[in-house]
Amino acid sequence: MSTAAPASALPSYADALARYEPVIGLETHVELGTVSKMFCGCPTAFGAEPNTQVCPVCLGLPGALPVVNSAAVCFAVMIGLALHCDIASWCRFARKNYFYPDMPKNFQISQYDEPLCTDGWLDVEIDGEVHRVGITRVHMEEDTGKSLHVGGATGRIHGATHSLVDYNRAGIPLVEIVTEPDVRSPEVARAYVDELRELIRALGVSDVRMEQGSLRCDANVSLRRRPAPGEPDAPFGTRSETKNLNSLRSVERAVRYEISRQAGRLDDGERIRQETRHFDEAAGRTSPGRSKEEATDYRYFPEPDLTPLALPVQYVDELRVGLPELPAARRARLIAEHGYTVRDLTDLRNAGVLDLVEQTVAAGATPAAARKWWLNELARRAADAGSQPSDLAISPADVARITVLVAGGELTDALARKVIDGVLAGEGTPDEVIAGRGLAVVADDGALTAAVDAAIATAPDIAEKVRGGKVNAVGPLVGAVMKAMKGQADAASVRGLLLERLGAS
Amino acid sequence: MTDHPTPSATTSAAATTDVVQLTAAATAAAIAAGELSAVEATQAALDRIAKVDHTIHAFLHVDAEGALAAARSVDERRAAGERLGPLAGVPLALKDVLTARGMPTTCGSRILEGWHAPYDATVVSRLRAADVVLLGKVNMDEFAMGSSTENSAYGPTRNPWDTTRIPGGSSGGSAAAVAAFEAPLAIGTDTGGSIRQPAAVCGLVGVKPTYGGVSRYGLVAFSSSLDQAGPLARTVADAALLHAAIAGHDPLDSTSVDVPVPAVVEAAGRRDIRGLRVGVVRELAGDGYDPGVQAAFTAAVETLTALGAEVVEVSCPHFTYALPAYYLIAPSECSSNLARFDAMRFGLRIGDDGQAGAEEVMSRTREAGFGPEVKRRIILGTYALSSGYYDAYYGQAQKVRTLISRDFAAAFERVDVLVSPTTPTPAFPLGAKVDDPVAMYLSDLCTIPSNLAGGPAMSLPAGLVDGLPVGIQIMAPPFADDRLYLVGGALEEALDAQRGHALLDEAPAL
Repeated sequence: MSTAAPASALPSYADALARYEPVIGLETHVELGTVSKMFCGCPTAFGAEPNTQVCPVCLGLPGALPVVNSAAVCFAVMIGLALHCDIASWCRFARKNYFYPDMPKNFQISQYDEPLCTDGWLDVEIDGEVHRVGITRVHMEEDTGKSLHVGGATGRIHGATHSLVDYNRAGIPLVEIVTEPDVRSPEVARAYVDELRELIRALGVSDVRMEQGSLRCDANVSLRRRPAPGEPDAPFGTRSETKNLNSLRSVERAVRYEISRQAGRLDDGERIRQETRHFDEAAGRTSPGRSKEEATDYRYFPEPDLTPLALPVQYVDELRVGLPELPAARRARLIAEHGYTVRDLTDLRNAGVLDLVEQTVAAGATPAAARKWWLNELARRAADAGSQPSDLAISPADVARITVLVAGGELTDALARKVIDGVLAGEGTPDEVIAGRGLAVVADDGALTAAVDAAIATAPDIAEKVRGGKVNAVGPLVGAVMKAMKGQADAASVRGLLLERLGAS
Repeated sequence: MTDHPTPSATTSAAATTDVVQLTAAATAAAIAAGELSAVEATQAALDRIAKVDHTIHAFLHVDAEGALAAARSVDERRAAGERLGPLAGVPLALKDVLTARGMPTTCGSRILEGWHAPYDATVVSRLRAADVVLLGKVNMDEFAMGSSTENSAYGPTRNPWDTTRIPGGSSGGSAAAVAAFEAPLAIGTDTGGSIRQPAAVCGLVGVKPTYGGVSRYGLVAFSSSLDQAGPLARTVADAALLHAAIAGHDPLDSTSVDVPVPAVVEAAGRRDIRGLRVGVVRELAGDGYDPGVQAAFTAAVETLTALGAEVVEVSCPHFTYALPAYYLIAPSECSSNLARFDAMRFGLRIGDDGQAGAEEVMSRTREAGFGPEVKRRIILGTYALSSGYYDAYYGQAQKVRTLISRDFAAAFERVDVLVSPTTPTPAFPLGAKVDDPVAMYLSDLCTIPSNLAGGPAMSLPAGLVDGLPVGIQIMAPPFADDRLYLVGGALEEALDAQRGHALLDEAPAL
């Protein structure tokens, strides 16, 4: 029996929402950015040749034993603290037993009833409204290897002729962050993952790249009938779990699809199966995976190869004190100190220049100028080069110096772009580029006046229009002057000079 | 699988016999004094293996080439004036549950046939560092599950005292090799008595060190919270030398404890137990204990009194529950530990016909590769850990384990060591208990409590019952392993003096 109804038969999302309240919980796996794996010394670098970053421990060879990576514990505690969790003073690892070829030992070292961090929260803001998402737990575990199914059309195991396993990923430290079923909309689900990603990025404990799988999200969705006024809330419905959502957009789309799908089934009087589902990005639909009702009994028990983790209070306190500024606090500060809007901050963050802008302001630029140059000119150049703004060979201090020169009238925007060219080409600091390329604004009125007169003489028809009051027609004349001056003039000054000459100012 | 060398033509049979009968300490002393070369000692052991192992079947793999190369290296470095350790050049038999580069590791199982570990167990790297000569790998019950070595996929080992009888298990190959003079030393592992029970029924000294005292890295796990490697030897002093060589903290094993190694060698030589308080465990006697075993034990305890120890009776009421608790905890851990034998990365692979899926290949391989006792315990442990049964079985067993630890702690407030028979009976005939697992499990009645509580324990030859050796077990608090050697050294000396020779001198010629 297939549970994937044709999309056309689904009720509209708005229609579904009118009758049902979605109840959403999220489980997020984050690969920690440690140098070595969770239980051995193998490197964790992404993209290496398959099975080159393995040893007896992470291959699960007979006799090998795990040893906890203390950096991973430190990172996990930092995440727990940033999420306002209680940090366990004593906890244990547990074995989760199930057979799968990409799991070397056929059990995963995880945590079960004694997680490292419990009972926290994360606030997410959408259009000025704050939604508090409860964090049930943050626990540590090891990643599995990666199966590659060969010979089928889809890369899925169905239809494949054989499978290959890359164990480089096996044993990479993970944290799993589980929310309460507090989320009530796909937008909040997306915003939660977005905010969580920012938080973890700010902590510097993971590169949180969803497309590389270093942050993966599973969404648990159920529906319950909206109560009539005065009625108590209905109990939670049966949930589905959509696995491995690998972009923010997918989180939102998959949850939205599940809401419509489940509403359709409930409308038809069918029950929701408790099952895991996969999201097909191209089709925008989820389809069933294995049913949880017939799933394995994981036979959890405390990992006997590891001693309990007993973190001294002082250790946790030191990490707490040492936490960097978190995204919410930073946003509040930047709005207050720099006059940015929430929208500005979103734009800067999405362009990957927020840190750079802040450093540029710290180096002497005004917030507006720093924002303008990074968001427009430099982000574009990075995009053209297929790299990140932070990879550009120009420092925030260089950018700050350029903005100061522009503000002082010593550079025009056009000249500033040439200075940037020079810095990016490795010709030195902005001042060295200006000197080397002779890019300073020409302040010699004689040369400028001559150029203005020549421009007016060359285009008498335009000059006539301007004299007649059509001030905006002056543009081509400004361009001609700038061209004659090889850009080494200030466009605003040139415009003023032209209008003055034409008696239109 | 067995790879026996032929006897060397250059060494006379008489000389070989003399050399192989030397203790490890005497062998090392002779090598140090230049009276014997390590190559001669090693060749003598290899010749002895070639001569008797067809009968005993202790060895699964003999690495003659590797052993002689290691021995030559010892001789060369000694000749060059290098100062070597107290076991340099002494041959040793390694239980086939520890990984060693250059040798197969089978764990007595078909499922690992032909597998060569790419790394050395920490015990093995310490032995190599101590210049001990590794003769090869010795037989065991499959994955250390059993008390007779009859559960080996490669056939049983025979007791050198009576080759129709079992050598004990699971370290039966280790015990038989030492008792048959194929090696002066062996490494065994002990999860519920697997060093002490074979030592007892083969007339040897065997020690389970404190849990956490010897690294488990490279010891293929049966039950992680119970497994511990330790020495088998013909004398207390030899056992102490081997214990000292392998013990100590290992950063690769999180359960290994970073404390100083107890001074076992010094304790073995002290030979003075006047005023030492010895507790006889009331619960480890009575029904099911062979009268001869009981008599030999009582005589040994009287000897302790004669040596000046204060002997009292002590009750450890929860020891009665040790066996059932053990048979929940050990199988539970084993059901998880043995999950990795799945044909995917190493070892046997059955049914990979290009059609079968991974799950089917795993099933077929495990069906074909594991023996009945291993399957029995995997099934038992899987059941005990199942959702809905965990609390009643695994959870309850862990509580019993705590109560047993408390019994020990309370007893050790009154006495310095506890004693009991090592086994309820002497070695039984091959095949006698293969169809009755519970009868087989009862072999470990006296030894299991120390595994559950983690403390160290030694089996020492107590005497003979109808020509078969039986042992006295000495138990001490965790990290007081030196007390075992103190009591063992004194008692061994007294018992040898009483009979006028070492017990093994009475073993029949092979």
